[in-house]
Amino acid sequence: MKRKALKAAFPYTVPILVGFLFMGFSFGLLMKGEGLSVLYTFFMSVFIFSGSMQFVAVGVMVAAFDPLHAFLLTLMVNARYLFYGIPMLEKYSKTGLKKPYLIFGMCDETFTINCSVTPEKGVDRTWFMFFVTLLNHIYWITGSTLGAIAGSFLKFDTTGIDFIMTALFTVMLVNQWEEQKDHFPALIGVLGAILCLFVFGADSFMIPSMILILVALAALDITREHKLKKSDDKRKDGENQ
Amino acid sequence: MTDTQRIITVAVIALGTMLTRFLPFIIFPEGRKVPDFIVRLGRILPYAIIGLLVVYCVKDAVFTSLHGLPELISIACVILLQKWKKNMYLSMIIGTVLYMVLVQVVFK
Repeated sequence: MKRKALKAAFPYTVPILVGFLFMGFSFGLLMKGEGLSVLYTFFMSVFIFSGSMQFVAVGVMVAAFDPLHAFLLTLMVNARYLFYGIPMLEKYSKTGLKKPYLIFGMCDETFTINCSVTPEKGVDRTWFMFFVTLLNHIYWITGSTLGAIAGSFLKFDTTGIDFIMTALFTVMLVNQWEEQKDHFPALIGVLGAILCLFVFGADSFMIPSMILILVALAALDITREHKLKKSDDKRKDGENQ
Repeated sequence: MTDTQRIITVAVIALGTMLTRFLPFIIFPEGRKVPDFIVRLGRILPYAIIGLLVVYCVKDAVFTSLHGLPELISIACVILLQKWKKNMYLSMIIGTVLYMVLVQVVFK
């Protein structure tokens, strides 16, 4: 059962193998470039397992010690996971002992596969999702550790390599834009954030942005529900007459 | 930062990350009905959050002397490549190499 699930999961993770080796490698190089030991890179990839947060964390690791700021920054950068959990509530239910690991390893890429792929018949879904998570985790740890080790030998200017994170989010934004007919949420995200960036400045715009986005999306949802209800009522009225 | 402080920082970031991933499952344990409003919000929120994250990435660049020009050029390149070739790793790698050339050579 395990073998079959592993065989079914592997092909879906191949693009992530390529991406994580490259992104992880970039992260490792960046860490080494900042003079941080290979062990930090390894343990961060094992225990944090969040590409975007780890890139942000490099700056935190070389700044003055401020755990509260680090914690709040983590919540802001990773707040999107809160909303990844909602569609996964059902999919990760009844997965037993594997559930904590499935949730722990829910990075953007793992989420994308586990949320959208249904394995073929005869493949155990829980084991399938488990292997998707585990394989991605292994790729990420391997890529970043190799990058950190190579960083000790390679003398090569890594300035700008952290753009890979911006590129990843941009690609995800484009993909979601093409998949979705409804562009309002994405537009609210980008425009709301730009507005808050200029009003509140670079260091404190994340929380106002998130509040603005939540309020705007809730308002959007309420007006749409209202319209739906209205058209329903009209239809019912029409039927009654 | 000392090594102890760095280890604490890594632990705090790991815990914060876990909190964001586990919280929905703690609030809505198995068998408990999720309110429709939350379900609908959960469907549209990821789109907005990704948009916010792109802006987050360029937040500091916007206020430098170049006003985020290298970032804008590279983001435009990533968008065009992704629309054209639809290969996410190709878009990411070419976009990043372009950005590195821009900040290391062109806008030096």
